[in-house]
Amino acid sequence: MSIDTDTAARVAKLARIRVEDDQLPALAQEFSNILEFIEQLNEVDVDGVEPMVSVTPMRLKRRQDGVTDGNQQDKILSNAPDAREGFFAVPKVVE
Amino acid sequence: MSDLTKMKVAEARDALRAGDVTSVELTEACLSAIEGADALNAYVHKTPEIAIEQAKAADARIKAGDAPSMCGIPMGIKDLFCTKGVASQAASRILEGFKPEYESTVTSQLFDAGAVMLGKLNMDEFAMGSSNETSCYGNAVNPWRRGNDDTQLTPGGSSGGSAAAVAADLCLAATGTDTGGSIRQPAAFTGITGIKPTYGRCSRWGIIAFASSLDQAGPMTKDVRDAAILLQAMCGHDPKDSTSADLPVPDFEAMLTGDIKGKTIGIPREYHMDGMPEEIEALWAKGRDMLADAGAKIVDISLPNTKYALPAYYVIAPAEASSNLARYDGVRYGHRATLAAGEGINDMYEKTRAEGFGPEVQRRVMVGTYVLSAGFYDAYYNRARKVRSLIKKDFEDVFAQGVDAILTPATPSSAFGLGEMKDADPVQMYLNDVFTVTVNLAGLPGVSVPAGLDKQGLPLGLQLIGRPWEEGDLLNTAYALERAAGFVEKPAKWW
Repeated sequence: MSIDTDTAARVAKLARIRVEDDQLPALAQEFSNILEFIEQLNEVDVDGVEPMVSVTPMRLKRRQDGVTDGNQQDKILSNAPDAREGFFAVPKVVE
Repeated sequence: MSDLTKMKVAEARDALRAGDVTSVELTEACLSAIEGADALNAYVHKTPEIAIEQAKAADARIKAGDAPSMCGIPMGIKDLFCTKGVASQAASRILEGFKPEYESTVTSQLFDAGAVMLGKLNMDEFAMGSSNETSCYGNAVNPWRRGNDDTQLTPGGSSGGSAAAVAADLCLAATGTDTGGSIRQPAAFTGITGIKPTYGRCSRWGIIAFASSLDQAGPMTKDVRDAAILLQAMCGHDPKDSTSADLPVPDFEAMLTGDIKGKTIGIPREYHMDGMPEEIEALWAKGRDMLADAGAKIVDISLPNTKYALPAYYVIAPAEASSNLARYDGVRYGHRATLAAGEGINDMYEKTRAEGFGPEVQRRVMVGTYVLSAGFYDAYYNRARKVRSLIKKDFEDVFAQGVDAILTPATPSSAFGLGEMKDADPVQMYLNDVFTVTVNLAGLPGVSVPAGLDKQGLPLGLQLIGRPWEEGDLLNTAYALERAAGFVEKPAKWW
């Protein structure tokens, strides 16, 4: 499937990656090449095949739904680009 | 002193216990080798103070008679592992300045066993690449060269810094991670040994995630015995990783007898690729003969869906990456773009991710976003997961026929020149993983063993693939292959 620039722009938007307009044709071309490669999968007969969920058959363990950690606000915030008064700070979200 | 850095882990362990050398001496020798090897760009964050402190503690422990195998062994850690208080940025600009407040399970196990961290090692950004050329730190360089030709070669990727550091004796061993071949391909390109264990053997907790259903940590070492020693220290059940297997960890080193009489080794016909260099075919045939001479039974097998492994991988891995990398939004850690007046939170996300992610990471995140998007999820993502089930079944079928291990080439070529693939289509680079990626899709253990040199004088590796959870048996077959191949060459020092 060939990807047009509108689709490339939409995917970039969904992925929250800024792509300048002049870069879109090259990006669309790259996507098209990768998708062409991926489309070999259409040759495979997958009727009745279950999609893989877990590569090793294992039952996920259950645990007590209890608090085992906490009280480390300063550590949580220590790597934040902008933290103020014990919170992560971001640009205004709601007008 | 320089000879100390050439030691293998097993030798160093024995010498430490015998009191012939101290961990501080070993560590200082490695640190000075590292100082003289900036041209390889293997270490991207050096941690000499931590190393000396850990070495002193290890020496005290050895003196007290409490010394596990890894005690006092200086090693390098791939930048993908979170190490407490030490920069851990997955070779990405988006994690610039990030210093984790916690330690990954694998590195804590190693440090609890007394291992010494020399520093963090170069890699492809977020482990996405096969040549270490997508790193924000610049390329790592292979210590091997084509004879007297001074062209810089790739050490492979994504664990390129780990491979270069082990091959150039800048540590005794290193950690790597492998999502599609990122331990085995660089090991093959640099003449060292690397094993990716069964999915679930090593805890993924604290390892920066790329594709969670494929990622596994593993050792990169100078020989098979060292791989067994490291693997034992690295793996084990961890309640913090829900996919970590609650199985006992055998004594892998004790299983290295070299006796493979009566084992059945499969040779998959689909791994004969068009255009594969004759030398690789010849090496593969030689490997087959060596295992037969050691008493194994060799059988031709078929893994019919091999051809579809790479395309399935390039749906599944980007899909998982797009989801895992959604966390890099400029809010909680790492890089945040500077905003112009009037720009809002979506501008912050989009600019931060455009500035912070390199081109290959952006490409994969967007491909992943596309294959997961409404209307394409079934056609791409679900189809790829079905094909993945078929690829796993191919292996289950041959194991059910009594095959103990499968022998293949590790890579379709020897190390190529840095920059040589610059203008190639991204898909061309993906072909590097053609022999290794099936193993990740099927969750199996795979080991790359150096087996010879090509006519340019560059190392080539063979891969052995084992049954799930049978790393001990697999390492023993690798040990037999290693002994038969007798690969002892080292790169001539030019750096």
